[in-house]
Amino acid sequence: MVVMNMVTPPPDLAAISALQSKLVSALRPILPEHALLWEPEDTIPYECDGLAAYRRMPLAVALPETEVQVAQILKICSEMQIPVVPRGSGTGLSGGAMPLSQGLVLSLAKLKKIISIDPFTRTAVVQPGVRNLAISEAVSHLGLYYAPDPSSQIACSIGGNVNENSGGVHCLKYGLTLHNVLRVRGVLMNGEIVEFGSLAPDSPGLDLLAIVLGSEGMLAVVTEVTVKLVAKPKLARVIMASFDDIEKGGNAVAAIIAAGIIPAGLEMMDKATTRAVEEFVHAGYDLEAAAILLCESDGTPEEVAEEIERMTKVLEQSGASGIRISKDETERLKFWSGRKNAFPAAGRIAADYYCMDGTIPRRHIATLLKRIQGMEAKYSLGCLNVFHAGDGNMHPLILFNGADEEEWHRAEEFGTEILEACVELGGTITGEHGVGIEKINSMCVQFGEGERESFWGVKAAFDPEKLLNPDKGIPTLSRCAEYGRMRISGGKLPHPELERF
Amino acid sequence: MSSSNSHIDAFREQVLKAAKNKAQLSIEGGGSKAWYGNPNQFTKLNTRSYSGILEYQPEELVITACAGTPLQEIEAALEEKNQVLAFEPPHFGEHATFGGAIAAGLAGPGRISAGNFRDFVLGARILDGKGQDLSFGGKVMKNVAGYDISRLLPGSMGTFSLLLEASVKVLPKPAATATLRCQLSQEKALKVLNEWAGQPFPLSASCWIGNSKDGDGELTIRLAGAAAAVKAAIPLMSSLVLAKEMDPETAELFWKDLREQKLTSFTNLGADQTLYRLALPAACGPLALPNSSDDFVLEWHGQQRWMKAAGDEATFTGIKQLANSHGGHATRFRQGSKVNPSFERFTLLSEQAYSKALEAVQARLRSAFDPAGVFATNRLP
Repeated sequence: MVVMNMVTPPPDLAAISALQSKLVSALRPILPEHALLWEPEDTIPYECDGLAAYRRMPLAVALPETEVQVAQILKICSEMQIPVVPRGSGTGLSGGAMPLSQGLVLSLAKLKKIISIDPFTRTAVVQPGVRNLAISEAVSHLGLYYAPDPSSQIACSIGGNVNENSGGVHCLKYGLTLHNVLRVRGVLMNGEIVEFGSLAPDSPGLDLLAIVLGSEGMLAVVTEVTVKLVAKPKLARVIMASFDDIEKGGNAVAAIIAAGIIPAGLEMMDKATTRAVEEFVHAGYDLEAAAILLCESDGTPEEVAEEIERMTKVLEQSGASGIRISKDETERLKFWSGRKNAFPAAGRIAADYYCMDGTIPRRHIATLLKRIQGMEAKYSLGCLNVFHAGDGNMHPLILFNGADEEEWHRAEEFGTEILEACVELGGTITGEHGVGIEKINSMCVQFGEGERESFWGVKAAFDPEKLLNPDKGIPTLSRCAEYGRMRISGGKLPHPELERF
Repeated sequence: MSSSNSHIDAFREQVLKAAKNKAQLSIEGGGSKAWYGNPNQFTKLNTRSYSGILEYQPEELVITACAGTPLQEIEAALEEKNQVLAFEPPHFGEHATFGGAIAAGLAGPGRISAGNFRDFVLGARILDGKGQDLSFGGKVMKNVAGYDISRLLPGSMGTFSLLLEASVKVLPKPAATATLRCQLSQEKALKVLNEWAGQPFPLSASCWIGNSKDGDGELTIRLAGAAAAVKAAIPLMSSLVLAKEMDPETAELFWKDLREQKLTSFTNLGADQTLYRLALPAACGPLALPNSSDDFVLEWHGQQRWMKAAGDEATFTGIKQLANSHGGHATRFRQGSKVNPSFERFTLLSEQAYSKALEAVQARLRSAFDPAGVFATNRLP
């Protein structure tokens, strides 16, 4: 991956070093020795998250083991006016956990206990560092699971999921993190411990839980999450349908929904992706198809049989050139293997790939795909398209060679143009990966000045001194003004040497 | 951002004038829920002039409409395409509006399986207390750009901003439904409902109505989903509780009357009584209330409970403490004609552990959008 050299105003190394000593001596008394890192060889793993193109070294990294320690750390940083960047597993794809050179990284990785599981009320109380998949594994013997399944679920933490409002392959039917979290306990920047939501169906006052979910670590530090568990479906089967035309595939997606069916999963891959993954997983995909649609049904055997029959009919009427239905669990997983391995497959055919995350209304899927084809020619870069077709969430993977600085800039421009097209088609710049540091300029495109000012108002309501992950998510007025000027000059960057997020 | 129009200009004028005069505006739709929340005598801002469905494409599962649109009109448009608002918002009157339903944030029987109103809000256009016309969220299912401000509106009771338009997710009508009814004690009903909810049954709603003292009562459950799933579940579930299937028309009327609180257990409220709403965790067993009427109504597998008792402050304090001690909260939902209307209707943030510090957050949040306090009616504290 590319390492962007951060050409920020040259940091005053002596001042940073002094600040570091001050911070370390303030935190030492409250943390065990192994829970505070500041030597570069210890803090280097924290210089970036899943978006490795953006890196920066923090002053120090704290790894608290209790909620009390989290509160103490925040209180101290608040008093010292040192910004804090919370971090889960570091799998985020938008640079939301990128450190600040004069800030602390607060890793919640050591808060990883499953506190309680209650099969009667179908809830689990977990600490933020618990991995997404670990919850489902811990309750599997009870016939329950935690529904949101982002593709990084083996590694990503529930605290990170709360902060990104993560989705996954099954969120069309089972909802996002928002729909599956009942209560979040956390600490405000001033060190106060609070709870958002409750185990009851609603809570007094404004629904602050709704705004904390997806707030990218900018409003509170999560210390405990109560999740909803749902009954594991008895059976799941998937239909794999081929289309000789991408438009027909897009229309089939709309037709399934219009027929009153909400599939458990509805995913699409274009031809370039199918070819790349087939080489990797050998799932027997139709390599001639312009688009492949995966439609999953889950539930009781009766339900699944009924739904598979209805979906097959719709797919046939939509002009599918081939239809295969998984016979058993092995075949179901085989059909899915390509979709689930699209990212590593992209990594095999290109040195680097840049993953986008725009969402558009379903009816515009074909329009956007055609535009992306045009952009491939314009930027002379290839692009694989995999997406959550059911909810219009696209993940174009732009292929480039990161060793070539100029090529990385072209990939970035390509990505920006895709996001602008998403906004123009009535969608959004990010469906599930978050704004972080990566899409902060695109926020200037999606929102006007009034909306952005309101976001700052929300931020200040929780964190009046703007110390919690302050450089993420919302662009400043001057940044948008600067960005506007850059875009006007025809995509040609006036100062390529300057830091651009 | 959408274009402005004369209705919005008129709203803005009213808001800016109020801001200048340090006056408050009480937002009103069809007035069907005027009795809900803390009362006030402020000037009304009526939204009914701004009405109409702006966009509805069934295959996108989203409807976008103006705040003043009659809720009936929305539901009729959905019905035509075999779709529904799955959380079944109560109307409480024929003039109920879309905006009013969102501001109240209430949900009907389907809430336990489908989710609450805020789960379905995808985007909103609002006028803040500074007269700014702002749009948040959008019309797509997945959107994490910026804070989810549109989801703050459900249940905000007009105390946050003026809602102009909203986009709400809709769902296909279930392919099949069936309603079963049996005699069952409160304790057994709560137990069996939670057990069923943890299994792959197509359970979509429940209601237990019975006597709070001896615990005898009647349980009604609704199944909804794929025809085959409902058909398979009926004999299985019936045999466990000796339930009988109701005829579809009677059943539909029952669920509607429950949602609209037209059942006798709601309509027989005494003049000096209050209908209390308790929102409780699933773990909460039967509750005993001193001095309450005998008939209790439990919805959402026991997570929403309705009880009638004396309307005085001491009784409400006791009920709030009871709900609090189980991890929930209580509301004075409806009041008899002889109960003092100025009594606080809600549990306050300061009355609950770990939400005290949120009072300041909430106050700052409101003033960020409404520095002059135009919408500070205290209808929701």
